[in-house]
Amino acid sequence: MSVDQNTVKRVARLARLKVKDEDVPRLAGELNAILGFIEQLNEVDVSSVEPLTSVVTMKMKMRRDTVTDGHYPQMIVANAPAQDDDFFMVPKVVE
Amino acid sequence: MNNLTALTIAAAREGLKKKQFSALELTDAYLAAMEKARVLNAYVVETPEKARDMAKASDAKLAAGQGGALEGIPLGIKDLFATEGVHTQACSHVLDGFKPQYESTVTANLWRDGAVMLGKLNMDEFAMGSSNETSYYGNVINPWKRNNSNAALVPGGSSGGSAAAVAAHICAGATATDTGGSIRQPAAFTGTVGIKPTYGRCSRWGIVAFASSLDQAGPIARDVRDAAIMLKSMASVDAKDTTSVDMAVPDYEAAIGRPIKGLRVGIPKEYRVDGMPAEIDALWQKGAEWLKAQGAEIVEISLPHTKYALPAYYIVAPAEASSNLARYDGVRYGLRVPGDDIVDMYENSRAAGFGREVQRRILIGTYVLSAGYYDAYYVRAQKVRTLIKSDFDKAWDKVDVMLTPATPSPAFAPGEITDPVQMYLNDIFTVTVNMAGLPGISVPAGLSADGLPLGLQLIGKPFGEETLFQAAAAIEQAAGVYTAPQWW
Repeated sequence: MSVDQNTVKRVARLARLKVKDEDVPRLAGELNAILGFIEQLNEVDVSSVEPLTSVVTMKMKMRRDTVTDGHYPQMIVANAPAQDDDFFMVPKVVE
Repeated sequence: MNNLTALTIAAAREGLKKKQFSALELTDAYLAAMEKARVLNAYVVETPEKARDMAKASDAKLAAGQGGALEGIPLGIKDLFATEGVHTQACSHVLDGFKPQYESTVTANLWRDGAVMLGKLNMDEFAMGSSNETSYYGNVINPWKRNNSNAALVPGGSSGGSAAAVAAHICAGATATDTGGSIRQPAAFTGTVGIKPTYGRCSRWGIVAFASSLDQAGPIARDVRDAAIMLKSMASVDAKDTTSVDMAVPDYEAAIGRPIKGLRVGIPKEYRVDGMPAEIDALWQKGAEWLKAQGAEIVEISLPHTKYALPAYYIVAPAEASSNLARYDGVRYGLRVPGDDIVDMYENSRAAGFGREVQRRILIGTYVLSAGYYDAYYVRAQKVRTLIKSDFDKAWDKVDVMLTPATPSPAFAPGEITDPVQMYLNDIFTVTVNMAGLPGISVPAGLSADGLPLGLQLIGKPFGEETLFQAAAAIEQAAGVYTAPQWW
């Protein structure tokens, strides 16, 4: 499988990365080199293998579904590039 | 006493206890050494005021006959760890100005035990790199140089600042993280000791996430004993990280000096890769001979899926990274670049904020997770990962620990490797360990023909860190400790 320039643009859009048109051919080349390297996994017979879900044998911990933290909105928004009245400020989303 | 920065953590701990010097004197000695070593670019932020306040508090405790296991010991902290009110940016432009309102569990554990923070250490952006050349804050310079050469070399990565700072004696020890080799490879390039513990041994809470199923914190230190002292404090179970393991943390230091007679050391034959430099192969054999001379039994073993670990890693790690890095959108923290609408603002902020390598990995990760490709790439990689882990599981019936080279070469020059896939090959010996969640330690074992440090890696069973410290100390005893000649 190899990626063409339209695929690069589509994936960049999915990843919310603005890519300049002149950079698309370079990115396609780099991605194809990495995908070419990954291709060797096709040699491996994985037909009767389960995908790994956890590297350490342990039981998933459970906790009570209760509120254990919070009530400090100023701390939550303290690092925001734009904030007002404990809200994150963003460009207008709904007309 | 002069030259306080020459002391290991163990020696400084002894000197402080005997009141030969104060914690403040020790910290001041490091702050002065850091100033002189700025050419290395190991620190992105120095925190002298905080360091001196912490040292004074340690002196008060020591005077009262109290104090923790690291009381008064000055440490450097990788920029990946959240430190309350202090620069934490994963050395990325996208996190400009970010100062966490909270402390990571690992650093909180260190401060609880009395350690002193000297500053934040340089690293590859979001821990993505093997040479510390992807940092927004510029390259780190390796304190080591080739014989009869003034050319700068890379310290390895991603924990390049941590390794360089430890090697240059501008901190007593440093925190680091390892997703595919980011502790062990820079440790090998700088003549220092670095251990990546078993997945789950240290809490990941408050560590900027790269690939959550692979990331683990660990120390880089000057010798095996110092690494053992640091890991004991860093490791803990943590309610804030459900993958942290609820097991008592052993006294790792006690493992040092334990005889290795009868220890079964595996030599995985698949690590003898094509084109391996003769000096790396010779070092590996020498390591095995050292262990054998001390009574260990050397056993040839096979890990058949070794060659697939790196390609599988370059699916799993970028996939997890593309998800983890989705949070950097110019809304909650860091850089915001305005746009025509909100999506345009997201795209502009991320394009300006992430460097080339990070963007490349986000694109690969997004591609392999996208509709129609998920099974072909991501699910297949996770199946291969099962096979890699099962290779190890089978081998543990025959051996207690494995010995391999840490890296395929000594440190190289900045700009020498420009092809991404070539750069990824730096992690060929370390990445399998992350894929299987195992502990691995890199220990200096000799110098290359050019006079550069070379490391050996020991791989342990899950939670077999004590065996790693025991065997690493045996190698260290035979190989000695390596200190970079000071030129700065």
